[in-house]
Amino acid sequence: MTDLSFVRTEMLPERAPPPSTTGVIGWLRKNLFDGWLNSALTIVSLLFVFWVLDHLFVWGISPTWSDGSLDQCRTTISEAGWGGACWGVIRERWPQMLYGFYPEELRIRPTLAFFLLFIALIPVLFSMISRRMNWLLLALVLLAFTFAVESSGLIIAARVVLAAAALWIGVLLVRVPTGEEREEQIKQGAGRLPNPLWFTALYIFLMPWLLWGGTVWTPVAVALGIVIGGLAFRLLSPMTGTLAALIVAVVATILWWLLLSGPFADMMHGIFPIGLEPVKSRLFGGLMLSITIGVVAIAVSLPLGIVLALGRQSDLLIVKYLSVIFIEFIRGVPLITLLFVASVLLNIFMPPGTNFDIILRVIIMATIFSAAYMAEVIRGGLAALPKGQYEAADALGLDYWKAQRLVIMPQALKISIPGIVSTFIGLFKDTTLVSIIGLMDPIGLSNAIRADANWNGIVWELYGFIALMFFIFTFSMSRYSMYLERRLRTDHR
Amino acid sequence: MSTLETDRKVNRSQMKVSDKVAIEIRKMNKWYGQFHVLRDIDLTVYEGERIVIAGPSGSGKSTLIRCINRLEEHQSGQIIVDGIELSSDLKNIDKVRSEVGMVFQHFNLFPHLTILENCTLAPIWVRKIPRKQAEETAMHFLEKVKIPEQAHKYPGQLSGGQQQRVAIARSLCMMPRIMLFDEPTSALDPEMIKEVLDTMIELAEEGMTMLVVTHEMGFAQQVANRVIFMDAGQIVEQNEPTEFFNNPKSERTKLFLSQIL
Repeated sequence: MTDLSFVRTEMLPERAPPPSTTGVIGWLRKNLFDGWLNSALTIVSLLFVFWVLDHLFVWGISPTWSDGSLDQCRTTISEAGWGGACWGVIRERWPQMLYGFYPEELRIRPTLAFFLLFIALIPVLFSMISRRMNWLLLALVLLAFTFAVESSGLIIAARVVLAAAALWIGVLLVRVPTGEEREEQIKQGAGRLPNPLWFTALYIFLMPWLLWGGTVWTPVAVALGIVIGGLAFRLLSPMTGTLAALIVAVVATILWWLLLSGPFADMMHGIFPIGLEPVKSRLFGGLMLSITIGVVAIAVSLPLGIVLALGRQSDLLIVKYLSVIFIEFIRGVPLITLLFVASVLLNIFMPPGTNFDIILRVIIMATIFSAAYMAEVIRGGLAALPKGQYEAADALGLDYWKAQRLVIMPQALKISIPGIVSTFIGLFKDTTLVSIIGLMDPIGLSNAIRADANWNGIVWELYGFIALMFFIFTFSMSRYSMYLERRLRTDHR
Repeated sequence: MSTLETDRKVNRSQMKVSDKVAIEIRKMNKWYGQFHVLRDIDLTVYEGERIVIAGPSGSGKSTLIRCINRLEEHQSGQIIVDGIELSSDLKNIDKVRSEVGMVFQHFNLFPHLTILENCTLAPIWVRKIPRKQAEETAMHFLEKVKIPEQAHKYPGQLSGGQQQRVAIARSLCMMPRIMLFDEPTSALDPEMIKEVLDTMIELAEEGMTMLVVTHEMGFAQQVANRVIFMDAGQIVEQNEPTEFFNNPKSERTKLFLSQIL
């Protein structure tokens, strides 16, 4: 038997790893040229990628930008001896791809609504660096509105000043250091300035008004409905409990919207006629239509999905089964069926003479469709939470709603981010289905464009352009969700 | 296991039992479906008592203390906590829960909130205490459990023992009159058990009413004023600790003690 005892007399110092395993060479070796098979695969793949890109490139940089018809394009290409794509159609039709048949002189309104959308999203998407964000919002809103006015020297100067101001405030905001100093700033700002979310709340009513026009009192009346509901809830919840107050508030709001908001808007318009020129829904089209449907459906389906997910887990039997039936039914039906219901069937059930806007009908269908999926995604997040979280919240005396809002939902939603964003992306892409019920979304327009004798037979360029437009949005959503996951990660930092 | 895991001296001078009733349980029964978990439980807890509940697993000891703040519902009998009877009335339940603190085996800290936010959440939202004041109270209790420097970290960054001490601080921030401990040291490494027990002893020395489900018999011997032994959903034996450990009456208790000591 050998001697098993061993005593180390000297501790080993730290040494650098061998040079062939670190740096660029180490990385290449490990990831691309690890053995002869991997090396061969790497080279073949690179050659293939190069071949594809080469062809795409030659096809893509085609000297056909200024051509006015497909025949003209073909001549240009054969004369030049290279190229392939016919980009003339995009040059000629891109305003239509963006706005559909929206009146040309009013297109500034959807553009404005689009840029204001991003400003409204900033406070929602990014953690508040400080309430000084208000100044940034103010500068950006003013900047956006300068584009609604006739351009002149003074306006251009104002734009430059506003853009510079926004940039400067933006830089200041980004440069706020983290930690206690940042908290201090937030605290200070909270004392004096309102939460920038006020603009987001305002935007919800501003957007439809900008897009559809009409009297300003309609969005005001709609907003009043929410105020009425909120007041009813405030007054009743201490007396009757949260659930009963919630039901009364919702009923009051809906009654106001259905019965009183119309006459109220008409009356107020009679006294103070302020409004924009109305635009009919059938003139809406292009990417603008997709974004309108997509954004509204996304914004509404998340809260609706949360409510449905909670309903499905509820102890209240009727609430539970209503949620289950809703979710299973909507999820079990193709979206296209719901859209047909929206475009054809719904009119049969409506009293004759009611004019229920087609885009609104489509938005409602798209919303409930994705809300059903959303509910299941969020239920997955809820199921992933340990039971101890509910118990700890209960044991601290938090009631159901507070526990949900402060403890359960923040965690469940965080877990569900990938699923939620997938549903959002799916929903946004599904907006192209509205072309089947005759709405002029980009796909519907591409058919209309091909009906023009000049562009009969053009396919790749249009679909490629549509794909690119959608990809920009969906890819941004995907990147944002990754950022959000990183930001919310609190374990083992 | 007969000695306390900690070498800390226990000062019993402040541990006084008053004759005011804190918890009154009468003929309480509970079933899980058909399974009769708790049978005819009668228990009166006086203010300032430190009760250790022991027993084999599945004996219903955790269920018993979880009934006291209604994490579990009882089907018959009465539970009166601090003069409030537990029934299906949600207002009473919330009232009881904000008077009774609970510490869990797996800590159950909120991982998305910092330590400080964990401690201030309930005071701010349930007790409606201003944030600043709630933070001061939280820092006071975090100092008491000796981890004020971790206040801005997240639970995932702390060791098990630290997390459990935060959980105790979080409960204390609600200024409870009664504390329930559900196997607070069972999920911890031996060296961490000590720091948690130290915290609990300190709490006992200040006169807190405590019900502790634990396997730490050293803690029972030195800190408790009463040990309850449960088996098969009923209270089999209860006595003051010296008598309980040195002179157990029932055969079931003798067997249990012979296995764990």
